[in-house]
Amino acid sequence: MARLNMKKTVFALSAAAMAVTGLAGTAYAQRDPAYAAARASGAVGEKMDGFLGVVGSGSAATQAIVKDINIKRRANYAQRASSQNATLEEYAFTQGCILIARTTAGEKYQAPDGTWQTRTSAAPQRDSRCP
Amino acid sequence: MKGIEMTSRSAPAIYPAMPDNRQSRGRTCLRAGILMAATSLLAGCINVNAPTEPIVIELNINIRQEVIYRLAEDVRENIEENADIF
Repeated sequence: MARLNMKKTVFALSAAAMAVTGLAGTAYAQRDPAYAAARASGAVGEKMDGFLGVVGSGSAATQAIVKDINIKRRANYAQRASSQNATLEEYAFTQGCILIARTTAGEKYQAPDGTWQTRTSAAPQRDSRCP
Repeated sequence: MKGIEMTSRSAPAIYPAMPDNRQSRGRTCLRAGILMAATSLLAGCINVNAPTEPIVIELNINIRQEVIYRLAEDVRENIEENADIF
């Protein structure tokens, strides 16, 4: 009987722990410090297609960050697009519109002519279809 | 069963008339068959290839504004929910 109670307690504790870490995972997920630094320094920029790009000839570390983020983004877009009955390209392009609009001063983004631009306090140059 | 050949293959001394006629008739039939098969194959190719090309081009180029506006709200939610990758 005592053994059964202990089992129950352990189970309840582990369930509670899982719930807490799960909450922390969703509510407090922030950018990795290396990724945040790469954004701030302009080593990476937001592209029109919804993916991250390396600005100029980036270091191996920068390229690794971009590759990692883009793999995660692609998986996210595929899942979201299918739940919205849209294609991956449509969803990713829309995401690109919003992400470029949300860049902060000093960060890089891709203008409709394909060039890298540095975000100022003024509105960014975006595709005419962007909301 | 093989007949006995008196001369070389390139220049037979005797060539019987009846088998020759039958053979040429057979060849004509064969030629007609090949021609029909070729034309039917050709027709099949055109039917299969024509519709595939325009569909692929439209999918890649035309991202319509109305679709982008419809998705915008979900995209904003997505950024809040997955702040670490955006």
